[in-house]
Order: sequence, then C-alpha cells, then structure tokens
Amino acid sequence: MTITKSTLALVTGLCALLFASLASAAVIAEDNYGYPITDRFVATVVGTPEQYVAQLPENIPFKGRSITIFPDRVTPDVFFYGSELLYSVALQNHKAPLIFLIAGTGASHNGSKNFNMAKAFYQAGFHVVSISSPTYNNFVIAASQTGVVGDADRDAEDIYRVFEKIWGELKDEIEVTSFNLTGYSLGGFNAAYVSKLDEDRKTFNFERVLLINPPVSLYNSISLLDRMTDNIPGGVDNFDKFVNKLIHAYTTTYKEAADAGGEDFLYKAYKALNLKDEELAALIGTSFRISSASLVFTSDVMADYGYIKPKGLQLDRYSNLGEYNDVAVRLGFTDYYHEFFYPYYGANDPESDRDKFIAAISLTSIEDYLRNTKKITVMHNADDVILEPGEINFFTRVFGERATIYPHGGHCGNMNYKDNVAHMVATFTNGGEQ
Amino acid sequence: MARFLPQISMLILSSVLAACSSGPQPQQDTVSYPEPIFTAKRLLPPEHADLTEVFDPWEPMNRRIYIFNYHFDKAIFLPVVRGYETVVPSVGRTGIHNFFNNFEDLLTALNSILQLNPEKALNSTGRVIVNSTVGLFGLVDVASKMDIPRPVEDFGQTLGYWGAGQGPFLVIPFLGPSNLRDGLGKIPDFYVQSNVQTDLLSQPVDLTATVLNPIDTRANTSFRYYENGSAFEYRMVRWLYSTKRELDVNQ
Repeated sequence: MTITKSTLALVTGLCALLFASLASAAVIAEDNYGYPITDRFVATVVGTPEQYVAQLPENIPFKGRSITIFPDRVTPDVFFYGSELLYSVALQNHKAPLIFLIAGTGASHNGSKNFNMAKAFYQAGFHVVSISSPTYNNFVIAASQTGVVGDADRDAEDIYRVFEKIWGELKDEIEVTSFNLTGYSLGGFNAAYVSKLDEDRKTFNFERVLLINPPVSLYNSISLLDRMTDNIPGGVDNFDKFVNKLIHAYTTTYKEAADAGGEDFLYKAYKALNLKDEELAALIGTSFRISSASLVFTSDVMADYGYIKPKGLQLDRYSNLGEYNDVAVRLGFTDYYHEFFYPYYGANDPESDRDKFIAAISLTSIEDYLRNTKKITVMHNADDVILEPGEINFFTRVFGERATIYPHGGHCGNMNYKDNVAHMVATFTNGGEQ
Repeated sequence: MARFLPQISMLILSSVLAACSSGPQPQQDTVSYPEPIFTAKRLLPPEHADLTEVFDPWEPMNRRIYIFNYHFDKAIFLPVVRGYETVVPSVGRTGIHNFFNNFEDLLTALNSILQLNPEKALNSTGRVIVNSTVGLFGLVDVASKMDIPRPVEDFGQTLGYWGAGQGPFLVIPFLGPSNLRDGLGKIPDFYVQSNVQTDLLSQPVDLTATVLNPIDTRANTSFRYYENGSAFEYRMVRWLYSTKRELDVNQ
C-alpha cells in the first residue's frame, strides 16, 4: 500500500467531517492551535521545532536505577547484561504526588520523550517514576512473565508488578500524596489496562490517568506501521540500502542545515532533504521495524519458541547474531502475531480464534470501563499516522469531554509543544483546566 | 606517563589476541535443532548483499573485548565519572572539557595541514591561539563565542584522506570501537598531545591532565553499553561506527 497525497487528503477530510458531528469532545480548532507542522508524517518524524518547545528545566535529578523483578529467573547468557530492570526516578525532597510514566514501543525509561515528560512533571512538583515500554529489550528480559509481549492484559500485569516492586523500594524514601499514571503511544494503551487492573488490585488507586496518542486496536496500528515499510524503494530487501542512503543524505545535508541558522536541526535537515511523504512513511516504518526486529528476537530467545532461533539452541554472549538480525528485519509485526503470538497463547484454548484475539487487544474491549471512569483522560491528534481512518472517533465517542483532540501533530509529534505540555501537566494539577 | 598509555593498551590487546588464538576452541555443536519457523534460507534473497556488514575478521576477539569494555565501564569507569561529577562542580568540568578540546583543536590543526585543508587548519589554529591566550590556557572557549567553526580531524581521518581504507573492525580495550586504521591513527595523535602536554605543563599538572582526560571524555559521551534497546547491539555499534568514520573522512 502506498500512501498517496490524495488518500491522505481523503483521510484528513473524513476526519474533519467526523469531528464536526461531535460537539462534546474538546476538539481544538485549527485557528487556536499554534503547532506549526501540518503534515502528519513530517510532524511524526521531526517533532516540535525548537522555538515552539515548552520551557522546561535543563537539568532535573533524573537518576537511573535498577531492580530485580524475578529473583529466581535464570537470564539466557546471550542477554547477560539484562537481568535487572532499568528505570529512572526524579524525586522531590518533600511530600508530593507521584506519577508513573510508561514509554512507547521500543522506547526506554530514559528516552527523550519520557525525559521531557519527567522534566515537566518534576517541575510541577511530582515525584516521577519512569519505566521502559514492555516491548523494550531490557523489559522483556527482566520483567515479562512469559517473554511474549503484546497481550494487553498480560502486559498490564507485568507493568503492575514492576510498579509494585519499585514502590516497595521507594516507600521508605519518599512521602506520596497520590498516585498518577501516564504513557504515550503504546505506553498510553498500556496505561488504560494498568488503570483497569488497579481497580481490582488497589495498590495505587490512581487519582488521574492520561493516555497520550494511544492506538485503539493494537493490531490495526501495527499493520499500518508494517505496511509503511512497503514504501521502501525496492521493498524490504533494500532495507539496509534505504537506511544507509538516508544516513548518508542526512549527514551530507547536515553541514548545510547546521549553517542555515534559525530553526532547529532536525527540521532544517528535513527541509534540506526534501523527503516525500512516502519516504517519510518508509522512515517511520523502518524505525518501527528496527524496534520490532529486536523485540521479536528477544521474545523468541526468552520463550524459546523456535520462531527465528532454533528451539533448544542456547546462544551465549559471544554468539554472532547477524543472521537472526537479517531475518528479523524482514518480518513484520503481523508475522509475529500470526506465527508466534497467537499460536503461543491461543493454540491450547479451543474457545479462542484469531479474531477474538485481535478484538481483545483493542481499547474497544474495555470500552465500558473507559466510558465510565472519570479519572482517565486522553490527548490525541486528528491526523495520527498510527490510526486507521475513523479510529480517532473512538476517543471522542467514548471519552466525550475527557478527550482533547488536536487538529494536527501526527503521531506524538506535538508532545513537546508548549500548549500540549501545559495541558499534560494541567490534567494532573487542576483536573485538566488550563 | 601519558605516552605509555597506547603501549599498555596494545599490550593488553596482543595478550587477548594470543589468548584467543591459542585458547581452547569452542566445541563444535553436533546436536541438530529443529528448523525455526523463519530461516535465512527461506527469507533472504540468494545474492543478498548486506550493507550493514562490516569487515570484521577478528569478530570473536572483538566481541570479547567489547564485553570486557562493558564490564570495565560498569565497574570502574562510570563510577569514577560519577565521583568526578560529584566532586568537581559543573563550571569546573566545563573548564576542564574546554582545556582538552583545546588540545583536540591543536591536533585538528595539524591533521588539517596534513590533509591540505587550509580552511580547517586556519579555523583550528585560530581557535587554539584565541583559547590559549584570551581563554586562559584553554579553560574558556572564547573561540566558540566568536563563532569560529570547530572541525575535528584526527590522524585516522588523515590516513583516510590519503586513501587508506578502514581495515578490519577493531574493538580496543578501554577505548571502544575502532578499526585498524583509526586504531593506528590514535598513536601519533596521542604522541603529539602527550609531548605537548609534557613540555608545557609541570609534572603534577601533566599527570593530573593524563588522568582527567579519559574521565572527561567519558563524562561527555552519553553512550551506555546495552542500553540502546537493541538485541543486536554489537552489530549495530559496528555499523554505526564504520558509517560515521566513512562520513568523517568524506566530509
């Protein structure tokens, strides 16, 4: 599937039409929104140009820590470095509310998005605890019960266990007035299920939960991202060539862009490169593919399933993994779903089928909970590239005025934009009123 | 003191080399395993040219040194850096960083001359002159405030300029990923810097500088072993390093 400009226009038009009919949600009007990038692919890749970024402290005491989640687990030697879960904290020296942050697909506890959120919340007076995505290599190795991630409920159980263990270590160190939760992208999706789990477990009784650019149906979103690699000129066999070409082009234009002055580097480099939407889509798909290749291999080793590594074969820390890497980047997330994830969880259950499994990893499966739980709010973009046409509608329909929909920003491209950061913080400090 | 560091490093390298070639070879795996669902045979095109492949005939040794470096980094290097950051206030660390950058600028000036590049040579020389005088022996980076560009050229790049290829990928103990060309290139750069240091600085200051230089470098390198989220880190680092060096030379 090639995403052409006309289909894009169609999608955008369709979205606009759908919004017009939904008055209750806080749909931010184009005129009232100053985030400058209106192309959804550019926004996703470039993010927020420097002069539009929220003013945040340069340094906060954001410290890396590690914790053992499964004391009895024997970590496979090939992942000898990953037996402890890494996470970050930024703690106030006084009694304060605490917020947990969950990173997006393949992203770490100290990646730039979580770090920026940590700055915003620390500045607003929160204790911050930041964890990697359950799809992040270190999380799969140290904190996933089965090693096979992507199941919404099981991932929520894993995250909840991690939160409880971390809190077990922090509770003698800090005083907390309330617990709160947020996450972006897949982390936002995870947050919804963790919040639901918390209703039963009640360890934290989260006061407020914010979902930032979550997918609706995980399967739909990963299919969309998988198809973006179809935009690689010459197909996925030219994956390496494409990445190489981009890096070369990027660096060649680097000097030019760096000398141009004014706007920030990535935006300039983008302008200098003059990439087409198809190429940007290929770039997004490529970046996702690099994460998913790593995840799939990690899961395969942890579960010893025989997906790309022969079942039973013990790799060690010196093993050459080149061939597994080559195979993994050629496989989509949908391959993982059908040939690994579903057989692993569903094959023994005569009641289950693939459609039921797909339906279960979608926010629609917990729609009632989301509709009736006032503490959960959403920030999303009308032009998010990981949503199928019309899916954005789910949020306005289910969350009503608890959904804030920005007219553009792509997938998480506007997360550092000053209005977005202000709204993000206000959600937790005064119930969303700015 | 400083001038012996490359020799020490090479000594360790050669002992690891010797250990690898004469040590017990890993047992040939005779057990056969069932084929996984997706194999290279099934998925990769036959004449598949892998562009992320880097010439790495010493891979088994390199992987061992890579892991040694990880342990050294975790157990010694990073704790020392954390201690340094606790003891020395930020403004002091900036001064120290500028001081070593000034030496790097000097090396860039020399290498730019060797690469017949007058623009870079002039800029770097200008930087060294300004920063060594107005900038109080390099502690203050006045040149950057005057917007004098700061190119970086080392002897590895000079060799590259005159046509030397990267050679085999090489992980150097303590120093990290490199290749044969750049690894050899470090020796003259180091030699020049340590001689200038010894000539200009009193012995205790020279000694302090020699100890602080690697700590300063590490403190200003954000890379952390096995924290980039890739299950294929060695390969990724190898490819990124060699791509970066190729671009550095062609720049």
